[in-house]
Amino acid sequence: MPLLQVENLRAYYRTQVYGISRSVRAVDDVSLELFENEIYGIAGESSCGKTTLIKVISGTVKPPLRIESGHVLYDFGALQVDMTKIDPEELRQTVRWKEISYVMQGSMSVLNPVRKIIRTFEDIVRTHQGIPNKKLFLEQTRDHVMRLGLPPDVLNLYPHQLSGGMRQRVAIALATIFQPSLIIADEPTTALDVVVQRGVLQMLKEIQAESGNTVLLVTHDLAIHANVADRVGIMYAGRIVEEAPTQIIFTAPRHPYTQHLIRSLPMIGDKSVKESLSGAPPNLANPPSGCRFHPRCPLAFDRCRTETPAMVRLPHQHRVACHLVTEAAE
Amino acid sequence: MRKFVLNYLVPRIAQYILVIFLGVTLTFIIPRLSPNDPVERQVSQLMMSGSHVSPEAIIAMREALTEMYGLSGSVWEQYLAFWGRLLRGDLGPSLSSFPTPVIQLLATAMPWTFGLLIPAILISWIVGNVLGAIAGYYENNRAIQIVDILSQAIRPIPYYIVALVMLAVFAYWIPIFPFSGAYPPGTRVEFSWSFAWTVLRHSILPLLSLILLGVGGWFVGMKSLTSNIISEDYVVYAEVTGLPKKRILSQYIIPNAMLPQITGLALQLGLIFSGALIMEVVFGYPGMGTLTFQAVMANDYTLIMGITLLSIIGVATAVLILDLIYPLFDPRVRHQ
Amino acid sequence: MLAVFRDLLRYDGRFRVASLFLMLTLLLAALAWFSPYPPTRTFMTPQDLPPSLEHPFGTNSRGQDLLWWMAFAVRNSLILGVITAVVSRLIAIFVGLVSGYRGGFIDRALMSANDSFVVLPVLPILVLLSFLLQGQLSLVTLALLLGLFGWPWDARLIRAQVLSLKERAFTRTAVYSGTPPLLLTLREHLPFVLPVVFATTINNMLWSIGMEVTLSVLGLSDVTVPTIGTTIFWANQHQALVAGVWWWLAAPILVAVVLFLGLYLLFSSVNEFIDPRTRLRRIGA
Repeated sequence: MPLLQVENLRAYYRTQVYGISRSVRAVDDVSLELFENEIYGIAGESSCGKTTLIKVISGTVKPPLRIESGHVLYDFGALQVDMTKIDPEELRQTVRWKEISYVMQGSMSVLNPVRKIIRTFEDIVRTHQGIPNKKLFLEQTRDHVMRLGLPPDVLNLYPHQLSGGMRQRVAIALATIFQPSLIIADEPTTALDVVVQRGVLQMLKEIQAESGNTVLLVTHDLAIHANVADRVGIMYAGRIVEEAPTQIIFTAPRHPYTQHLIRSLPMIGDKSVKESLSGAPPNLANPPSGCRFHPRCPLAFDRCRTETPAMVRLPHQHRVACHLVTEAAE
Repeated sequence: MRKFVLNYLVPRIAQYILVIFLGVTLTFIIPRLSPNDPVERQVSQLMMSGSHVSPEAIIAMREALTEMYGLSGSVWEQYLAFWGRLLRGDLGPSLSSFPTPVIQLLATAMPWTFGLLIPAILISWIVGNVLGAIAGYYENNRAIQIVDILSQAIRPIPYYIVALVMLAVFAYWIPIFPFSGAYPPGTRVEFSWSFAWTVLRHSILPLLSLILLGVGGWFVGMKSLTSNIISEDYVVYAEVTGLPKKRILSQYIIPNAMLPQITGLALQLGLIFSGALIMEVVFGYPGMGTLTFQAVMANDYTLIMGITLLSIIGVATAVLILDLIYPLFDPRVRHQ
Repeated sequence: MLAVFRDLLRYDGRFRVASLFLMLTLLLAALAWFSPYPPTRTFMTPQDLPPSLEHPFGTNSRGQDLLWWMAFAVRNSLILGVITAVVSRLIAIFVGLVSGYRGGFIDRALMSANDSFVVLPVLPILVLLSFLLQGQLSLVTLALLLGLFGWPWDARLIRAQVLSLKERAFTRTAVYSGTPPLLLTLREHLPFVLPVVFATTINNMLWSIGMEVTLSVLGLSDVTVPTIGTTIFWANQHQALVAGVWWWLAAPILVAVVLFLGLYLLFSSVNEFIDPRTRLRRIGA
């Protein structure tokens, strides 16, 4: 059994203000599996539902976001959990941070501005493990931080005294104190400059290799997936449209959207003019019928406009939802 | 450290000096722009009182009053003399209780006002903020919703009316609290348990009124601050790490949300002080408010001047103290 | 505008209560024009009658019917509130726009002055002023004076609003396309500032009407003019509570509570409506 199994998940934002009701179908029928000891990347442009999917997977659903249907099943060996059904207090005590930790998007501001870094470590450790011996805790925390290549002095600083890269490393250090089964990293390097990005990603990769846990890496930056991920899922308008091992996604993509994304990547020595997609990403409050990509797809035909394409399984763990592939397989 | 002094400390102190300068200057100018000459007013009041006064005596008195009010010499000289007297702590003699110096009357009244006001502000600020944070964080709590509705209902009502209603209800209708004053007339002011108890009993109703109004205001402000802060990254993160709700509230939400409330307190001090003055009038509490009322009733011009000046300096100093305390709560200001 | 009103009425309970309360207050104020008794005359009715069908609010020890007296009182208090609001709004908008728009030294100087005014305890200063003007302090003068002290909080709010508008793309576009600064401020920024101004207006009225109560109770305004404050002043003069004429105080307190709650609920309802976060939810970002 996989570590995480997401089945037909739908999660919508429903709001009602001054009589105007809206529902945004941010995650619409998503299924995916995460296995132990892998780095799974999720890619897609902004507001394609990536962050919402992460919210459901990490159990941080808050109104107006609601889970409409589907399951999010975890198997932590001794403990099985359905994220859509679990009691919040049980989730907090048994799963949070011990099994699933999170490196948040905008990690720049995840640290409490009025507390020293060490206090955040202290809060987390005290909650999930207890601190019977303060001296030992301080020693272990210093060791942990140093192992990740951070100067231990940062522990006695306030967040605003650290650089962006430092803060992000601290966030990763925080996420790895308990060696969780799954680390979710949502745009972990987006706000950093390129040199710092490399360092942070390297650190993430090393940690994964060392402890053999699973990393769910979400970013719109395909170059990062190419360098870090083992498998990649491409999201478009609230759905996963294609999923395959990294090598295959980048060399033999089947979905026109993936193909477009890959083609628009800059390559050394490539002087061709990059074509851009026409149109804008769809409004998830009122998504297009059929295949959601059809208004922008250069290869769309009649069936695409009316019928939602089903996921087709191809060899080498390759899945794709496109009528072209379906018809070729038929 | 140097940055902190230059960017934070120096501007605050400059602002403090500016407030006092502006307030004192305003207090100096107002009587001189007013169509009523306080000297003439005093003289005519004396003549109207019916006693026969000789014209020479009136002239002598006029001169004496002009001297006392600091109205002799050019405006500029008057202004400098005004500052000089103020810095020496000389606010002139009170006219209604001549020749007691104004500063002495103020010194007697001030401890009562501050003794009531400081606990009232501290209690209402702390209680209002804690309840407000709870209300913003646990949105569906019944008891808190009642506090919410009460706060919204009491907050807009002027101090005077709230005090009047409290007085009518708890001293007349259900007479559980004494009606007026800080102690019964004729009680000897002394340091004893029984006197302390009397004073405490008399202070409960005015204190409660001040707290009631204060809590409402801080509650409403803190609730809205909290509902903003709970979507800040660091609070969401604390939730994801699985910290207990109580810890998130006490260590993540309140320490951050209270920062604007400290600034808010500094900005509101003038209003709160004004409210407390009027509260004292209702409860006959022997502080600066009641002194103001007496001064108005007795046409005591020097006393009103003295109260105005002292209020300005007092409130400005309190604001400065808050400004100086603020960095203790915000490391971003402390370690620039 | 009408649609906004309808939406608020339909979906916001606070707005409904506020409308009801303010409607009642305005109705009472409108009665002033139909009063059978002029407000300044005393001993027109029997004294100290408790509330009854004939005299819904009772009569006072000065032989005045409190219903009609309160009609004048609430009308005058509202007039005072409006005048003060207009005067202080003009100052606040001017200071806020100039400070926010010009920035630099002018901004710092204006905001320093602004903060000083915020900190000054207004009541003692007004007491001094009213004391010196005693006899000449008409309702309008008092309103103007309050206006001179009631702007700094709102000037700061307006400045903050302008500062955020300055960073928006349309401002930069307008600047690059050569729109003169004054025109830009008036044409592009004022429309965004006006909702804030409206919300603060209500808040300002709460403050000024409350201040009038305070000054009148001290006997520092023209006590012959009926207002909420002078009603209480006369009740105190005649020791209404001690004499058992509780309705003399109950009438102004009731009217004041209805008026203040109405204004405050309107303020918080409008404030939430114009809050950018609420707007975002309405438009659906």
